[in-house]
Amino acid sequence: MIGKVKILKAGFFTTIQDEGRFGFSKYGVPRSGAMDKLSFEFANSLLGNDKNAACIEWTFQPPVLQFLEHTEIVLTGAEVDAFLNDVKIDMYKKITITKNDILKFSFCRKGVYGYVGIKNGFTTPLVLKSRSFYKSITSCFRLENKTILPYQKSDTQDSPLSNVSVPVLFDNTKELEVYKGPEFDLLSKEQQSFLLNTSFVISNTINRMAIQLEGKLYNDLLSMLTSPVLPGTVQLTPSGTLIVLMRDCQTTGGYPRILQLSEMSINQIAQKRMKDKCRFKLRNYFSFV
Amino acid sequence: MSYELKYRQYSERAILIEWPPVIDENVLHDLLFYKKSIESFYNKLIIEVISGYNSLLINYVFTIEKFYDTVLELKTLYSSNVLPEERKNRLWEIPVCYSPILASDLKMFSKTKSLSIDKVIELHTAPRYTIFFMGFLPGFLYLGGLDSRLHLPRKNTPSLEVKKGSVAIGGNQTGIYPVTSPGGWHIIGMCPLDFFNPNAKEFIVFEPGDIVQFIAIEEFIYNDIRSKSKKADFKLKPIII
Repeated sequence: MIGKVKILKAGFFTTIQDEGRFGFSKYGVPRSGAMDKLSFEFANSLLGNDKNAACIEWTFQPPVLQFLEHTEIVLTGAEVDAFLNDVKIDMYKKITITKNDILKFSFCRKGVYGYVGIKNGFTTPLVLKSRSFYKSITSCFRLENKTILPYQKSDTQDSPLSNVSVPVLFDNTKELEVYKGPEFDLLSKEQQSFLLNTSFVISNTINRMAIQLEGKLYNDLLSMLTSPVLPGTVQLTPSGTLIVLMRDCQTTGGYPRILQLSEMSINQIAQKRMKDKCRFKLRNYFSFV
Repeated sequence: MSYELKYRQYSERAILIEWPPVIDENVLHDLLFYKKSIESFYNKLIIEVISGYNSLLINYVFTIEKFYDTVLELKTLYSSNVLPEERKNRLWEIPVCYSPILASDLKMFSKTKSLSIDKVIELHTAPRYTIFFMGFLPGFLYLGGLDSRLHLPRKNTPSLEVKKGSVAIGGNQTGIYPVTSPGGWHIIGMCPLDFFNPNAKEFIVFEPGDIVQFIAIEEFIYNDIRSKSKKADFKLKPIII
């Protein structure tokens, strides 16, 4: 049986996301997937879903949804007041939905990306093994008003986790754990120390592809051959701007890769807003010839 | 030939292997052969390998617990690699319509380079280009071998929309836009084929190491192939060389 959710208002930029595409990067296909994987995983685990079940991801401004069938949902990610038929409901807790319930939110207080997980996950089309929206891959790249989203209905009742709630919202730490990028050692001692001792400010250029930081790092590195990059790679552009690549980034790039964010710090920086601050804390890996 | 390779951990789940920083076909074939053996050694569900001109990035779905052991495993794999002497290449002949009506920058390009349009076509269709890797956009081919007489720096201000199928030149590179996207390269031709069909079983036909040659076609042939290609009546087949 297919259940349906109607998008009454789409919000600022709302998409469907799962864990993303794995195995297609060599064809130039971006990974995509939830910007804040941790919040996304919480939504699915509280619902007892498969860990790759697709959720709604909203950005800054949450959507208004109407559920056309009975189901269960969990809200995670960016901090917001949520109301089911005008009654306030908790985030990080399984909520039982009855037919025609309307979910609304007030403005988002903290963070950027919020998740609406649904029992069994949304079932928009799988393209290259993922339901994550991406322009030129999926036919739909953002949800619009009046879109009807399908999900797989189930008859099974409450999972054992039904009353567990998670008090921790996303981590608002300023310190981001990073590793040396492949070109880090080409930087001078002064450049390295500036990079690791400066409190960087998030600029207004933020999207699913990349987060640009304010301020410049003096750059005298020579150009390099186009090479693979990943979400979390920090690139240094010729003008000295630092760009943190995010989930929808290209698979290759030609700018020096000076740092790599840890899996956790990618989730943390995803929830940072314009003017928020961050600082890079270096951890070491091995490297040998 | 075997190279001195550098191994480094790139992230909790990725290892980078680097060759000397040159654009070179010997490096390419060594790298592609290593890539194949890595892909067949591990299960494709747990790794994916991205390549660049001189590097491979191996991504694992899990955290690499023992980096040192994993690298030793990889090194053993590399040292047992014997590159076959005889290599068969696949040649793809790709139709391109070099018409100033279809290709918005062709006239300007020929003027800026002081080359006639015919000369531009001649120089662009003469080489056999090597596919080094894919990146930038889904299905975008990084091709080596553009004639230096056709090199031209990218536009200062990128165009907001470069149409799917545009054949373009940027700096010392040439390529085909597989999907419509913003772009800063000069469009000198249009290809009527769909290169990237995310919903098709064989969503892309090219592999790194393949050879590409552009074949100039008239506008009526362009239109004909385009309508056939839309109905999936036209299938590009490689020539084995």
